[in-house]
Amino acid sequence: MSDVPDAGGSEMCFMPGHQLKDRIVAREITSRQLTEAVLGRIELLEPGLNAYVSFNRDAALARADEIDRKISTGEPTGALAGLPVAVKDNMCTKGTATTCASRILESFIPPYDATVVERLLAADAVIVGKTNMDEFAMGSSTENSAFGVTHNPWDLDCIPGGSSGGSAAAVASGEATSALGSDTGGSIRQPAAFCGVVGLKPTYGRVSRYGLVAYGSSLDPIGPITRAVRDCAVMMNVIAGHDPLDSTSYPKDIFADYTAELDAGVDGLKIGIPKEYFSEGLDPEIAGAIDQATRLYERLGARLVDISLPHTPYAIAAYYIIATAEASSNLARYDGVHYGHRSDKGDDIISLYSRSRSEGFGDEVKRRIVLGTFALSTGYYDAYYMKASKVRELFRRDFRTAWEQVDCVVSPAAPTAAFRIGEKTDPLQMYLSDIYTVSANLAGIPGITIPAGFTSRGLPIGLQIMAKPFDERRLLSIAYAFERETDHHLRRPEAK
Amino acid sequence: MKYLPTIGLEVHAHLATKSKMFCGCKTDFGAEPNVQTCPVCIGMPGTLPVPNELAIDYAIRVAVALNCNITQVTYFDRKNYYYPDLPKNYQISQSHNNLGDDGWIDIDIDGETMRINIDNVHLEEDAGKRVHSEGSGTRYSEVDLNRTGTPLLEVVTKPDMHTLEQVDAFMNDFRSMLLYMGVCDCKMQEGSLRFEASVSVAPEGASELGPRCELKNLNSMKSVLKAAEYEIGRQTSVLKNGGQNKQETRLWDDERGVSARMRRKEGSADYRYFPEPDLILLNISDERLARIRDELPEFAGRRSKRFQTEYGLPAYDAGVLVADAATADYFERLAAQTNDPKAASNWIMTEIMREMKDRKIEIEEFSGKVPAHRLGALIKEQKSGTISHNIAKEVFAEMVETGEDAPAIIERKGLRQISDTGELDAVVEKVLAENPSAVDDFKSGKKQAVGFLVGQIMRETKGKANPKVVNKLLAEKLG
Repeated sequence: MSDVPDAGGSEMCFMPGHQLKDRIVAREITSRQLTEAVLGRIELLEPGLNAYVSFNRDAALARADEIDRKISTGEPTGALAGLPVAVKDNMCTKGTATTCASRILESFIPPYDATVVERLLAADAVIVGKTNMDEFAMGSSTENSAFGVTHNPWDLDCIPGGSSGGSAAAVASGEATSALGSDTGGSIRQPAAFCGVVGLKPTYGRVSRYGLVAYGSSLDPIGPITRAVRDCAVMMNVIAGHDPLDSTSYPKDIFADYTAELDAGVDGLKIGIPKEYFSEGLDPEIAGAIDQATRLYERLGARLVDISLPHTPYAIAAYYIIATAEASSNLARYDGVHYGHRSDKGDDIISLYSRSRSEGFGDEVKRRIVLGTFALSTGYYDAYYMKASKVRELFRRDFRTAWEQVDCVVSPAAPTAAFRIGEKTDPLQMYLSDIYTVSANLAGIPGITIPAGFTSRGLPIGLQIMAKPFDERRLLSIAYAFERETDHHLRRPEAK
Repeated sequence: MKYLPTIGLEVHAHLATKSKMFCGCKTDFGAEPNVQTCPVCIGMPGTLPVPNELAIDYAIRVAVALNCNITQVTYFDRKNYYYPDLPKNYQISQSHNNLGDDGWIDIDIDGETMRINIDNVHLEEDAGKRVHSEGSGTRYSEVDLNRTGTPLLEVVTKPDMHTLEQVDAFMNDFRSMLLYMGVCDCKMQEGSLRFEASVSVAPEGASELGPRCELKNLNSMKSVLKAAEYEIGRQTSVLKNGGQNKQETRLWDDERGVSARMRRKEGSADYRYFPEPDLILLNISDERLARIRDELPEFAGRRSKRFQTEYGLPAYDAGVLVADAATADYFERLAAQTNDPKAASNWIMTEIMREMKDRKIEIEEFSGKVPAHRLGALIKEQKSGTISHNIAKEVFAEMVETGEDAPAIIERKGLRQISDTGELDAVVEKVLAENPSAVDDFKSGKKQAVGFLVGQIMRETKGKANPKVVNKLLAEKLG
């Protein structure tokens, strides 16, 4: 990193958040110093990376000063005191554009904060900017952004994964200490795996969706993307818990310290290896890394159990019907009437609708709206939406059966490492990159991906662990048991 | 050939909750456009609905009152369609799983009970309003979203009605039930209660109903009846002339008294209903259902019968009193207070109703000015002979004006009735002495002359003389 002007500052950019926070609170460093270092990296790397849709240097520094002042006057501070955090651009930030990487919301400035944003601010975080994503979170590569593709910090010719590609790339490259993403079908876990960082998709209902611009409402949780498992746990302490503004948030979810059981280890744990996740299409290098990882768990005292999740082959089909059906309705509101892009070519209300939407949405979004509209139409509802909903119940049953035998399930995060920008032009091929992640969304269970090695080309490989609903603490301790025995998470990309 | 009309009704009622169905915005009528809105009811990105539990209680209350089967585990659906006054371009409604199904109410037609079946009761959010600006040449409509998200109850009857009289009876009974339950203010002119009628006509004895026409823009119960009458006539004459009716939606023009076709129904619109994923299942517990059943009021029909048996009121009085639940409540308080139901009823039907009409107020406001216990005290004064009926009316007017207690007014104005024979004797003597011709008239057989004399005595005593005592004294003296 000697090529970076402020080498000391850049060192700071790669430290885990919990250590940085301790140093800020101990007044060894200031939030301003850290935030300036992060902003320095953003300014240095963004031309090549494009991880952010927007960032605001002045606002971030003013906020950092505010937190520093709080610390110097001895006021109590929150769990993220002074840490530069990035937020995916589909979470509403009051007074700051929230675009969903779409032309149709390019000028949309929400008059309210998402609940998670409110909670970040209450925990004294410094929000540095809004990260790039696939338009309306529809994609697996961040190539579908209206504001340009995000590049993978490990290889700028590769995609960072998606749809939370901007958040994952920002955290991996030191452009943020940690970030928030959203995961409708793997959109936190797959980019975290592709960028060599930690990504947690919480149980559906554990983190409020209020202020998250909806894609597939029944599938969409928000979760952290961090460089260390402990940071992930700290972030959960901040964002998780019941929110009266979200009817689907779990009402009995009171505060639980997600760091409390990190050191619990895996001795005596039963780890399920689902055979359907190791079938054809899995890159042998990935298979090798996952095999090594499971053997490490075995050495640490866990028992490996071969299991079956028999409905896995139907996951992609069910997911793309349910998600697009919900999306076709969720995105109906972008019509040019009340806010967002309005075409100046509309002659009457119908042409105003169709022109505003034609001009505002990108191809993948249009494709999914059409798919979802079709799946809900009279005469097709039973064959598609209804059937997919029934299949979804089968996934829940698959996992319920699994929990009778094992404590968690371990698998690759994706069948390959990051692919090249422009490589996947067939939408179906793109959809298949979610094959290992969508089941957790359909079943509503938590899943985490952690760095588990590198391919021969030097691209990160992610290990996915899934657990029972509301069992995030165990999930984090299993992840942490691996992390403290390995150094994959300490490697840094060479991006300039 | 004879033809049989068949009529079904669809009722939309704004539930009288303070806040909207899925957000905390107010639901007041007549506010400045778009002030009663927030990011949730405007449908801004990322916002989520939170159900109004009171609205759900109200909806269950209506479904229970209509004897529906209650779906205890139910959910909301999204009804997808594009319209500028519907900011999300979907309406949260119910389609697959209504809150209530298969209910009924009995109406009274010429002393005969007739059962009207209810197809379903469900809950949804209302849309906003499109406003077309005054003046020509404007290319734009304006949208007012104050109403967007107001809890809206939809009740659909089976096509069980065949006469306008039945339709009228159903509408009145149902409206009265809503008012009795306090779930809707039923102000049709403000749109908080709306009826749509669907009418079909078929030859009598036909096994199938004719194609139905849905009638819209019916702004009062009177226009429902007029529009239905017109529609029955129109469809009948089509059939008589050998034509066939078509399923369509027609817009009623109340001023011209005619309807015109809005659209033909060729199959139904595809609303792409699916379960609303932003809301969890609506689980109505046995306890909640039992509580709501317990809270159901005694409705007008039954109450009227009770007023006749328990209080001995004539049917006419009972009918007038129970037409409004709060008035009937006032009556019961007053009857208990005075122990004289007929007097209580008379006071309400004459003095109170006149005051309310003159002042354009409702019973609630009147009751704030003169609560039943105060009016009861006045009636007691009258019954005990302290004041005459006419003085009581005068005191009543003063009570409405000032809110003072009856005894205080009587004392302050010295209105206490003179029943003392000694005191009145002098007045009677004086009047007889001053009016010898009237005395002669009486003695020569003109019995009505006594009225004149009583009037004179009343004038002398400023109306305070006890008429019974006066009559008694006169009878003695005129022998």
